Amino acid sequence: MKLDTSGLESAEPVWATFNELADGFSAAPSFELPNTTDFDGFQKEAIQMVKPAKGTTTLAFIFKEGVMVAADSRASMGGYISSQSVKKIIEINPYMLGTMAGGAADCQFWHRNLGIKCRLHELANKRRISVTGASKLLANILYSYRGMGLSVGTMIAGWDETGPGLYYVDSEGGRLKGMRFSVGSGSPYAYGVLDSGYRYDMSVEEAAELARRAIYHATFRDGASGGVASVYHVGPNGWKKLSGDDVGELHYKYYPVMPSTVEQEMVEVAGA
Amino acid sequence: MSIFEYNGSALVAMVGKNCFAIASDRRLGVQLQTIATDFQRISKIHDRLFLGLSGLATDAQTLYQRLVFRHKLYQLREERDMKPETFANLVSALLYEKRFGPYFCQPVIAGLGDEDKPFICTMDSIGAKELAKDFVVAGTASESLYGACESMFKEDMEPDELFETVSQALLSSVDRDCLSGWGGHVYVVTPTEVKERILKGRMD
Repeated sequence: MKLDTSGLESAEPVWATFNELADGFSAAPSFELPNTTDFDGFQKEAIQMVKPAKGTTTLAFIFKEGVMVAADSRASMGGYISSQSVKKIIEINPYMLGTMAGGAADCQFWHRNLGIKCRLHELANKRRISVTGASKLLANILYSYRGMGLSVGTMIAGWDETGPGLYYVDSEGGRLKGMRFSVGSGSPYAYGVLDSGYRYDMSVEEAAELARRAIYHATFRDGASGGVASVYHVGPNGWKKLSGDDVGELHYKYYPVMPSTVEQEMVEVAGA
Repeated sequence: MSIFEYNGSALVAMVGKNCFAIASDRRLGVQLQTIATDFQRISKIHDRLFLGLSGLATDAQTLYQRLVFRHKLYQLREERDMKPETFANLVSALLYEKRFGPYFCQPVIAGLGDEDKPFICTMDSIGAKELAKDFVVAGTASESLYGACESMFKEDMEPDELFETVSQALLSSVDRDCLSGWGGHVYVVTPTEVKERILKGRMD
């Protein structure tokens, strides 16, 4: 049994050939499905087998100067930390970023796939795809796989002809437009900092510091988030990585350890 | 998730030359949420005997109170401190009392016995003793701790080197565990003094 995904392709293969060797390349792309009577049960077991990179904190918000995107860098499997240096902000093209929460492979694959589709759109239409369009492309793909076990929670942030754009897209098929999002197990903590410190008319420096602080506080409270707090900014000229701070050092920068103070000094009594 | 992993913990004890060290992390969490970063898992029974309790925090505190109570009764009756071996037997007995509804704790006992001979031991939650000559570990970071201790331990270390070794083993182990860390707490015990130190660690 095969799942036909040819409907998702935006362009037909440009080469036509009768060579039998090339048949594998010119055939419509498709994913093989497991040959089983209990598809849902098999799916559930398979998901349990490959389920790393669950805990995460990612956030993004629109402000006066563009979009700020930030994330931690920890990957965990149960209680075990499998990596402290994961790239959770995915560079789709020079004007668009995606964030990664949920299954690492699912996010990486479909963002790469989205990058291809965006470039194809650019070549066909001689202009860059809008953030709205790109996020809808991704949402439609994810919706077509709904119920098959994909695990993706992402934000698509970028700058297009209409200015800054920010969408939340997930593997349940949801797609939301907004000014401020946070995704992952550490998101409640990040929202706490973000909501209390957010102003639309922030400078780039202020916004970067807010994003960094929100990620830091999330890594402090959430056991499944940590590592490095990376901050990206997307402006009219595309995205730029502003910083990548080790959270282990950030904590002692925000909260320096004071040498314990002596409660009362002994003083010599005058004239004793 | 196991109830032993509800709060998260990391415990290690190591033997040196006429001394020992016992160390723990400082986190108290509810699954992945960090509640406190100044939690005490190691307690002093007397000047030469320390007890660490990994696992469920509420049971660790209850068990600690019962053990201190029993130790005080012993002191009144015998007019002396308990030997580490005796204390280990007491802990074991108290744990087995609850054979079919155990305390969700794995204790680590470390003390100096007669002629300043260091004693370390650990137990499962129903009191099966496991004595060791080198080091013992417990808690959610126990796998990483085994690896770190196995590679870093040397025999007959002096107190200063022992402190360095146990601290490095603890800090590097908890960096691979989501549920423990957020600083460390180390005691180095020699026949003449007890050195207590708080370790700065990664706070994520």
